[in-house]
Amino acid sequence: MSGARLDLDGVGKSFRGLRAVHDVSFSVPAGAIHALIGPNGAGKTTIFNMIAGVFAPDAGSVSLDGQLISGLRPDRVCDAGVGRTFQLVKPFKGLSVLENVTIGALHRKRSLAEARDSAAAILDRLGLQDRRHQLAESLTLPDRKRLEVARALATGPTLLLLDEVMAGLRPTEVDVMVAFLRELNRQSGLTILLIEHVMRAVMALATEVVVVSYGEKIAQGTPQEISRHQAVLDVYLGEAEVE
Amino acid sequence: MSLARRLIADAPPRTLWSLAVLLVLLLLAPMVLGKYWLSVLILILYFAYVGQAWNIMMGFAGQLSLGHALYAGLGGYIAAGLFFHYGVGPWAGLFAAIAAAVLAGAIVGYLGFRFSLAGVYFALLTIAFSEFTRIAFDHWTWAGGSGGLFLKVESGIDIANLRGGPPLFYYVILALAVGAFLLCRALLESRLGRYWLAIREDAEAAQAVGVPVLRCKLAAIMISAGLTALAGVWNAFYYNNLFPETAFAMGRSIEITLAPIIGGLGTLFGPFVGAVVLTGLGEAFTDLGEAFGIPGIKQIFYGLALLAIVIWRPAGVWPWLAGKLGVAGRPS
Repeated sequence: MSGARLDLDGVGKSFRGLRAVHDVSFSVPAGAIHALIGPNGAGKTTIFNMIAGVFAPDAGSVSLDGQLISGLRPDRVCDAGVGRTFQLVKPFKGLSVLENVTIGALHRKRSLAEARDSAAAILDRLGLQDRRHQLAESLTLPDRKRLEVARALATGPTLLLLDEVMAGLRPTEVDVMVAFLRELNRQSGLTILLIEHVMRAVMALATEVVVVSYGEKIAQGTPQEISRHQAVLDVYLGEAEVE
Repeated sequence: MSLARRLIADAPPRTLWSLAVLLVLLLLAPMVLGKYWLSVLILILYFAYVGQAWNIMMGFAGQLSLGHALYAGLGGYIAAGLFFHYGVGPWAGLFAAIAAAVLAGAIVGYLGFRFSLAGVYFALLTIAFSEFTRIAFDHWTWAGGSGGLFLKVESGIDIANLRGGPPLFYYVILALAVGAFLLCRALLESRLGRYWLAIREDAEAAQAVGVPVLRCKLAAIMISAGLTALAGVWNAFYYNNLFPETAFAMGRSIEITLAPIIGGLGTLFGPFVGAVVLTGLGEAFTDLGEAFGIPGIKQIFYGLALLAIVIWRPAGVWPWLAGKLGVAGRPS
């Protein structure tokens, strides 16, 4: 498992005439961690959905390691190497935690038994091993967020899309998740793109930040640059102190 | 993993022994039971079998079909028609019956799933197909039209043409029910089975982890339709008559759904347990109705009993029973 390069080139999407995303371009080099930030309704999740194949962009293209993936169905995009989590978590509620992750692992494994072993190893790493026989619906929100990450990782992605996996976590839990993702990235070279409002996590993880507002990219730079960028302060971060 | 090992994978020995004993009892039943009790047992196995077939769609893949009479009716009519007109025995005719039902399932499924009809909207589509097939058969002279299709009742036993008395039909439906149970067990323990469960729980999340949702849903409806067609063939040769008004009736579709709903959706034993409960209640209330001499009282009690079960055991009788018997754990 190693990372893939992600390229968005002039991507745009409208919903019934409402322009959700317009002419957004950026790249995430293989093995990098980038963040996508911006106010609510800026189009971040729409960008994710275009990468993940939930819908095709009206304009522009998305490619992974130079291979065009925009317009493919979500399961094909997963085949191509993209794992994603959902902002509003979508566990397979009536199944156990282990089964949830096993289904993700089936994507790359030949048999159910192999997939189950691989899933158990991932749950170990995310600290969910004690919960593996619980039904997913019985998990607390932080655990559900972790389950989302575990299930996406189980598919063996080369690019991981994380949609607000820190939201609702306590600061100490954020630190644990940050440490886990950093370690994962360091060990496997997995490319990560995260949408995040928790600036503490963005600052700690991302080497580069893309800022969108009203569907357009308004800035890109290192976290330090972004935290001093006037347009970003105006529309999103505000004048308050940013760590 | 070999098929045999997959079938008994992590099943506790106690369960396997109980099932073996049950199977032996069922095999010996016709030699012990009288005509009446054998007919009751036949009904139970029939509902367990079609329930198992329907459960693949609803219980495993989460797709509600309220038009399964379509597949049973098509299967029955095709096998009976081939026998009636050309003397083609049902053991050959069943292949045509299955093919027709699988094709019908593929058409209904493709139209519904390709355009993302879900829940009750998909259910309405299944009802519509069943209904207009009923109307088509009303006017199709080859199939006897609304006057029906009748098979000659013969006294001797002719296994090649599935002609014979209740014991023959008992063993055939027993084989079907056992076969469907084993097939469903194998399916659940397969990649496809796990993909179905994922789709049932959340189709969008399933697709995001690489599940080809449309293909899996189509597989569910086609397998379910094919199995249901066999029940139709059996039904046609057991009762020797077919009418569009009953073969494709809404009521037929509903009764197919009852055993798994009462017994426990998505469970392997649910359709069996549900069929025992339903048939037991039906027979008991028939006797009660006769004792009171009030017409229609059977239906009222039957309805109330179902209502009570659905209210107090919404997950079905089997999960509760399994808990009582101490064979719970993963519901299966």
